[in-house]
Amino acid sequence: MIEISNASKVFTARDGHPVHALSDIDLSIDDDEFVSLVGPSGCGKSTLLRLVAGLAPSTSGSIEVDAIPVSEPRRDTAMVFQAPTLLPWASIEDNVLFPLKVMNVLDGTSRRRAHELLELVGLAGFERKYPRELSGGMQQRAAICRALIHDPRIMLMDEPFGALDALTREEMSLELLRIWTDRPRTILFVTHSIPEAVLLSDRVVVMSPRPGRIADILEVALPRPRSFAMEGDPAFQATAQKIRSLIFEHHG
Amino acid sequence: MVENAQTLTRSTTWAAWLRGFAQEAVLPALVMVGLVGIWEASVWFFKIPVYLLPAPSVIWADCAEISDVILNHTLATLHTVLIGFLVSIVISVPLAVVLTSSKGIATAVYPVLVITQAIPKVALAPLLVIMLGANELPRVVITFLVAFFPLVIASATGLMSVPHDLIELGRSYKISLWQELCRIRLPYAVPMIFSGLKVAITLSVVGAVVGEFVNADKGLGFLIVSASAFFQVPVAFGALVLLSLMGVVLFQVIVVIERIFFPWSAESAGNSFM
Ligand SMILES: Nc1ncnc2c1ncn2[C@@H]1O[C@H](COP(=O)(O)OP(=O)(O)OP(=O)(O)O)[C@@H](O)[C@H]1O
Ligand SMILES: [Mg+2]
Repeated sequence: MIEISNASKVFTARDGHPVHALSDIDLSIDDDEFVSLVGPSGCGKSTLLRLVAGLAPSTSGSIEVDAIPVSEPRRDTAMVFQAPTLLPWASIEDNVLFPLKVMNVLDGTSRRRAHELLELVGLAGFERKYPRELSGGMQQRAAICRALIHDPRIMLMDEPFGALDALTREEMSLELLRIWTDRPRTILFVTHSIPEAVLLSDRVVVMSPRPGRIADILEVALPRPRSFAMEGDPAFQATAQKIRSLIFEHHG
Repeated sequence: MVENAQTLTRSTTWAAWLRGFAQEAVLPALVMVGLVGIWEASVWFFKIPVYLLPAPSVIWADCAEISDVILNHTLATLHTVLIGFLVSIVISVPLAVVLTSSKGIATAVYPVLVITQAIPKVALAPLLVIMLGANELPRVVITFLVAFFPLVIASATGLMSVPHDLIELGRSYKISLWQELCRIRLPYAVPMIFSGLKVAITLSVVGAVVGEFVNADKGLGFLIVSASAFFQVPVAFGALVLLSLMGVVLFQVIVVIERIFFPWSAESAGNSFM
């Protein structure tokens, strides 16, 4: 359970002016819930994720995971960045095993687990390759395996499919959905794609900029399992349309 | 048909390999041989006196005569070069780590580094001999002083250029500063460190010779000074050629070490030149 109450984040810009990246964020996320964050660029999505990850402190308000205030990164949380951020000198397998190595929990079963995860995302046989030998989409899949390797209870994903082409992107969303269905966990997912948010999420948090606030939170009332065939579904259309109008209302 | 296709691919890979070999080794060698030939021919044709420019054949003959002496001088210089170079590695890389770990230390230490670079090493050498004695130590110190700065700069640049995302990836797993250094920052800096090493090894040869010019009883730098004093110009030229060869060979050794132990570094994009 992630409990964000009244959280604000103020940065000081280079010229000394305060930048209100987030103001008065209230959001609670249940265990195993899939929540997406959408909103225009600069509305504080990445900042919110970094607060929950414990990578940056909030200026005011509180952020708790399982009723414990987040003051530093937690080992049951994993972050997937917008870029794959793989280590260029390590093989794909070693990249996937990186979290276990730095946490000193590498054991005899780790390699098999890495292999299973890579197989799950269609990268079987690429264990010995180096990141530069893989396409951008394949690298991002490896990065997702790395985030999954220590079986985190919470995954924070910052536009993980942002750099992918439309086709790979759809394929990857479905893969993520399958991974999450196989083994549920809490996912906080930032995206710029409204259909992607609707397809994946239990709830969609729409944010608005300057200062970054929550404009509205929408329940997605679509049955699971989901597929892109549902895009024609009136409920899908209605939710997507609602999100769109929320975003543009605050823009205009 | 299948067999034909196979022979075809094999012969094309062979052709490609041959072309690569021709471009990388044969062509430069031909150019060298051509230049030496022109040198030899011009010396004979223009009747250039030996004290101005000895012909390659004369250099070879005179040096071959005293080859064991020259070998000793070469080994002496190589010794100084390698020790000076190793000392600069041992000092530069940790120094770069310290410099990049805190802004305060960097601002405090950087001017000192720049001053050590601004001091003319040739002028410093005689003083070092007085301070450290007439032995190999002042020569090693000069070698180190000439070689270490580019290595510090290259290593520090490499350590500083680690993308913020990679650092944050580490932080998100709560890694210690030590782990961050060993698992992220140093490996990331390896390509830059190697370009620093390539500069440093070449400068080490220069530094050792400067040291030998000022004070030595052996070494190729000493040989150049003493042979010139006795008008043994071909021997001095021979020593010069050996010094250049030493620089080239040591440079190539670094290149090979990088290719064998850090293949991803040798292939990384920022490093395509040499
Ligand atoms: N380290 C920082 N220092 C100063 N200002 C910052 C910093 N990080 C973010 N900001 C500011 O905070 C605001 C929100 O940034 P954030 O990166 O969270 O937006 P975002 O919603 O993720 O945008 P995008 O969709 O483009 O990724 C922006 O105005 C940004 O300029
Ligand atoms: Mg962002």
